[in-house]
Amino acid sequence: MSIELKMAWRNIWRNPRRTLLTISAIAFASMILVFMLSFQLGCYETMINTSVKISTGHLQIQAQGYLKDKKMRLVIKNPDKVAKFLDTVKGIDNYTFRTSGFALVSSDKRTYGVVVTGIDPLKEANVSSIKSLVRKGSYLKEDDEYAALIGELLLNNLKVNINDEITILGQGRDGSIAAAVLTIKGIFSSGIDEFDRNVIMMGLKGFQEIFSMGTSVHEAVITADSLGDVSMIKQNIQNNFLTIKGDDSLAVPDWMEIMPGLLQGIQMDLVSGIIMYIILVIVVAFSIFNTFLMAILERTREFGVMMAIGTSPSRITKLVMLESICMTIVGIVLGIIIGSLVTLYFQKYGIFIAGTEDILKEYGIPERLYPRLSLISATAGPLVVFLITFVSSVFPALRIRKLNPVKAMANV
Amino acid sequence: MYIILAWRNIWRNPRRTIVILLAVIIGVWSMIFLGALMRGMETQMVKNSISTLTGSIQIHHKDYRNDPVVENSMNDIDKLDKALSTILDPGTHWAKRVRVNAIASNARHAGGVTLVGIEPEKEAKISFIGKAMISGRFLLAEDKNKIIVGKAFLKKFNTKIGNKLILMSQDTQKEIASKAFRIIGIFSAESEAVEKQIVFVPISQAANMLKMGESISEISIMLPRLDITGRNETRAAEKLIAAINDDTFVIETWHQLLPMMKAYLKMSGFFLYIWYFVVFIAMGFGIVNTTLMAIFERMREFGLMKALGMRPFQIIKGVVTETFFLLVLGILTGNILGFLSVFAIAINGIDLSALAAGVQMWGIPRILYPEIWAQDVVVAGLVVLLLGILVSLYPAFKAARVTPAQAMTKN
Repeated sequence: MSIELKMAWRNIWRNPRRTLLTISAIAFASMILVFMLSFQLGCYETMINTSVKISTGHLQIQAQGYLKDKKMRLVIKNPDKVAKFLDTVKGIDNYTFRTSGFALVSSDKRTYGVVVTGIDPLKEANVSSIKSLVRKGSYLKEDDEYAALIGELLLNNLKVNINDEITILGQGRDGSIAAAVLTIKGIFSSGIDEFDRNVIMMGLKGFQEIFSMGTSVHEAVITADSLGDVSMIKQNIQNNFLTIKGDDSLAVPDWMEIMPGLLQGIQMDLVSGIIMYIILVIVVAFSIFNTFLMAILERTREFGVMMAIGTSPSRITKLVMLESICMTIVGIVLGIIIGSLVTLYFQKYGIFIAGTEDILKEYGIPERLYPRLSLISATAGPLVVFLITFVSSVFPALRIRKLNPVKAMANV
Repeated sequence: MYIILAWRNIWRNPRRTIVILLAVIIGVWSMIFLGALMRGMETQMVKNSISTLTGSIQIHHKDYRNDPVVENSMNDIDKLDKALSTILDPGTHWAKRVRVNAIASNARHAGGVTLVGIEPEKEAKISFIGKAMISGRFLLAEDKNKIIVGKAFLKKFNTKIGNKLILMSQDTQKEIASKAFRIIGIFSAESEAVEKQIVFVPISQAANMLKMGESISEISIMLPRLDITGRNETRAAEKLIAAINDDTFVIETWHQLLPMMKAYLKMSGFFLYIWYFVVFIAMGFGIVNTTLMAIFERMREFGLMKALGMRPFQIIKGVVTETFFLLVLGILTGNILGFLSVFAIAINGIDLSALAAGVQMWGIPRILYPEIWAQDVVVAGLVVLLLGILVSLYPAFKAARVTPAQAMTKN
């Protein structure tokens, strides 16, 4: 240990109370930042995974342009080929095919416009959470072609119940009229009103028949093993499937393209979070700057003596900087430890904020929120605190260079 | 005496005073500034959703909200009209609407929309549509078979002004009614969802198509002034309920109509005050530390005062009075800086349109105008003042506890 480091360490403990207070301020800021960042990132992941599970999947393969217009005629003509390829791709958890179209649905009493989605009951259950969202009745069986799952709100609006029949009327892929009678087999409720009011699900085969789709589908919906794998899978599909076939009729949008609102919402929340963190860090930096400045002013006489016995001003500056670095490091290490412990506790038990259920429900988030500790969330905030405190200690330390030994020693 | 003494004391060492002041000023400024950003966002969000057809207060048939169909419409309009024009404050506007779900289709596309029949002149005064036309013209009450649609709708349906659009919906006879309209104008809205979802026709045309006669779906009322706490609206709604006195109607304020918005306001207010507290703690460490150092520097002085016969309590009072002055000065300056920076930003607002899709999904305004609330200024000031005095008690006790002999021997 160099002599400076040793001196710095001893110096900061000459006034333990002040040092402890300074360290506490740094530790407090680091702790808050670790926790808040973990909390935000945890919420984002929950939001993404929940939204992905309810309908869109992590990524999809669709006809070029389908994402924008959802036009009936934009289809994947050869789902079998796509399936064959997807079976070979690593990182894919599950995939399924869907068709969807707009139709009028009527009961005896009412008529509404809804989105009818054709699903493959077996595969769909592995990709989306729809099976677990069925609250009454039962989920579709493999050969249920003309049976339907219906959202709870839509069910109420139509004034129908399980085993009742509903008529759908729409336009087929070839422009012909598509009409059929479906039996309601199950009722789902996702908590997202928009979804529960507007969606009917039926067997894929039945859909293809009614809407003159042949064997074609609209979407191949893919879920990845983890959020981090999405871009890799997307690359893989683009390079090894679309390009080789020279097929530019298909596209591979990921969740960020399918739900741009979610991504931008997250970005916006992150930005406003960062503004709050910056403000906190500035306030802390001022607290620390104050302390450093006062400490140095108080020790003018001591520095004068040191200079008089031959210590160069730059060495004293170095010493003072070392002191502040020591305190900062102790502070942020403490902050990271406490912050991580608090985060881990809530990561296990979750946080419940009373009165927020309605809002969370609208975005399909469970009531209890779980922060998620990661390397980034544990270190990003404290690192900023370190940099800022370092900068705020430079200015007071530089004052030492201006000191004159005689005048300094005269200072009480 | 304490006051004069304290005031002179804090200016004995101006540098130290300024250092402490800086910490308080930055803290208070950050509270005011952040609060203003948040409140600005809230007000703008409420204004947007209110002007997107909600209004301050709405009147419906009692079953309409659960089941928005033509059967659940209101018939006894004269009674409502009379109540509205006698009860409400001058400056209040209201309009009648017919509002049903319908299917719009043309040769290329079909999709669900909300068909809104409006009284064009009155509607323009209460909702966004009055200022939202971007091309073509707005509706006139006597227009026949004319419709206006959103910008995003045109794109989705691949159509343009002058083209035809077929609307289908269930009429009062439970038959499917369909009618062709010609697009005569295009509006834009804060959110693309609204542009895609809502189409406007004159109310007579909608009633005619759905065979509704004189009945209507809703009345939307816009009070002259928006009150985010909703008290104003609730009072007006209560007066109306008492005057109309008919339980086939429900009269609800935007607080009841937009429960999400209400919950959001509650939550964000709560978070703001939590954040005030966090900022205060960060600042509090600085205050304690600097005050403590100042006290230790002055130990000799306190010892001397005690030797001269000052009671410990009096010393505490002296130190706390000093801190009080420092805090008040800091709070005032912080407020002034906060107000200045907020006003500087409020001239042009902060443009958030780079995050357009998030703006739409979360209903956040495209341009944010910060807004200072008296309530937040008071809370921020009180938090800093009360907690600041509380934490200064620790150094004050240290000063009071010193014995004259100890203190005066110390260099």
